[in-house]
Amino acid sequence: MARQFLGDVRMSRGQRILRGVVLAIGALAFLFPFYYMVIGSLQAKPDATVAGAFPNVSNLTGQNYVQINDRINLFQGLLNSGIFTAGVLIGTLVFGMLAGYALAQLQWRGRGVTFALALLVQVVPFQLLIIPLYVLIARDYGLADNYLGMILPFFINSTAVIIFRQYFLQLPRELFEAARIDGASELALLWRIAIPLVRPAIITVVLLTFIGPWNEFLWPFLVTKESALQPLAVSLANYISNVAASASNPFGATLAGAVVLAAPVVVLFIVFQRYFVSTNIGSGVKG
Amino acid sequence: MTATLTPPAATRPPGGDSRRRARRPLGKNPLGLLFSAPYLVFVIAVFAYPLVYSVWISFHDFFFAAPGAQVERPFVGLQNYVTAFTDPAVIRSFGNVGIFLLINVPLTVVLSLVLATALNKVTRFTAFLRVSFYVPYLTASVAVVAVWLFLFNGNGLVNQVLGPLAPSPSWLVSEQWAMPTIALFVTWKQLGFYILLYLAALQAVPKELYESASTDGAGAIRSFFSVTVPGVRPATVLVLLVSTVTGANLFTEPYLLTGGGGPNGASASPVLLMYQDGLQQGHPDTAAAIGVVLVIVVLIIALLQNRFAGGQD
Repeated sequence: MARQFLGDVRMSRGQRILRGVVLAIGALAFLFPFYYMVIGSLQAKPDATVAGAFPNVSNLTGQNYVQINDRINLFQGLLNSGIFTAGVLIGTLVFGMLAGYALAQLQWRGRGVTFALALLVQVVPFQLLIIPLYVLIARDYGLADNYLGMILPFFINSTAVIIFRQYFLQLPRELFEAARIDGASELALLWRIAIPLVRPAIITVVLLTFIGPWNEFLWPFLVTKESALQPLAVSLANYISNVAASASNPFGATLAGAVVLAAPVVVLFIVFQRYFVSTNIGSGVKG
Repeated sequence: MTATLTPPAATRPPGGDSRRRARRPLGKNPLGLLFSAPYLVFVIAVFAYPLVYSVWISFHDFFFAAPGAQVERPFVGLQNYVTAFTDPAVIRSFGNVGIFLLINVPLTVVLSLVLATALNKVTRFTAFLRVSFYVPYLTASVAVVAVWLFLFNGNGLVNQVLGPLAPSPSWLVSEQWAMPTIALFVTWKQLGFYILLYLAALQAVPKELYESASTDGAGAIRSFFSVTVPGVRPATVLVLLVSTVTGANLFTEPYLLTGGGGPNGASASPVLLMYQDGLQQGHPDTAAAIGVVLVIVVLIIALLQNRFAGGQD
């Protein structure tokens, strides 16, 4: 207590002001482009002047959203992004959780190697793999223009495996030993004891895993040539690089698409932001 | 060294409680292997095998053939490497990524540490600050690229504000400014993730160190440099590594912000050329060679960083 007290006293008024200024500049720099995205998407005529950064009633329109929807089917794009993301979430939650549990609470040969692999995978640059993965998935397995081909390289998120392991490690092993003696199967232990105790981890993992496929551009861009199957990030990127030049208000339409692509993640994050910290589950387990 | 959000915990010692079970060949709970089997199969199929395959492709005359067709793919030694690295565009792309890293990596380390330090122990507006600091990292590159195109085009807001100071040709179409603008974009976009890493590391710096620094008469700036900076050094090594790997993987930004690495290849990245050479022009073997060299270069940079920034730990 006294320590904390001293720590606070150490910060002088000047330092607190300095910290406030740094944080305010940071927040402004991070948020302004998002504000500007929304403003730009609602302008009837693109207004890049300083005055244009403020809403102007005479220049407001929803027309850009209609226009982008004419060029790229927003609903279809959102649906494709959703299927891609759902596939990865299912794979990660089911198989990632099983692996995380096994790594934390079970003793088996190969556990150390598996954990090392999960760490190693995160420093393998995905871009090195695009050529062989493209050859294998799109050519050899014929999974181009196919949801499975899109999902496969992301199916189980390794960061999620490590987070699950981390959380499962913090559960007291005695809890499991006792239930095992009572004759519970490992799956029942996982389902009835472990999972309910790591609920915060599940939300963290869902958030973290969600942004991967939802925002991914390169891989789905490579394997989907058919526009009806493209996730929104890919169809919007194609619009930016090919079509925008021929539109009457290219910036407005592009920004409208950007708002639609960004909105689900931003909303999800605002709702669940308190789980997106390096949380310590300790107190949660005790309760 | 781990690229995770959570600091690695100590592995538990194996519970050798039962001599009877110790003889089991698969360990005490062989079910663990079964539970992990899908993940292991996934890692082998999607990472390990393609990694080896990539190296194999780079040493062979490899081209796309109709599915099922039996074709000869003779071993050609270093031929693909020679083809790739006698191409001035490839050499230039490596130089471009060098420029990118020289701007992006130091900027990332400094800004994320300063912002994390400011953010640490803040008790008011935490939700607002958290959302604003992390939201660029969470949003799709493709979406924020759209705003940056609007902000940084010739008549964009940035140039309107700068007035006569605006560079001509403008940011993204200038050979000089294209790569620095991309580096700035990526720094801004990824900063939230590194702030998160530093915030976790700051929790681990013992408070006593700050107390004794302040007893010795050190001010905030002084204790930042003599307590915080050395205290978060393991995190700094991680930030250096991850930002270097991320930078070497640059693709989306030059593809969209500068219309495919323009002007005149001034912002082309190796991965962009891998896409153009390998998949658009059908030379996957040359592209694989570029990829292998890229990874070796990144590994060397990472080892050097670890050597010079990592110190004894």
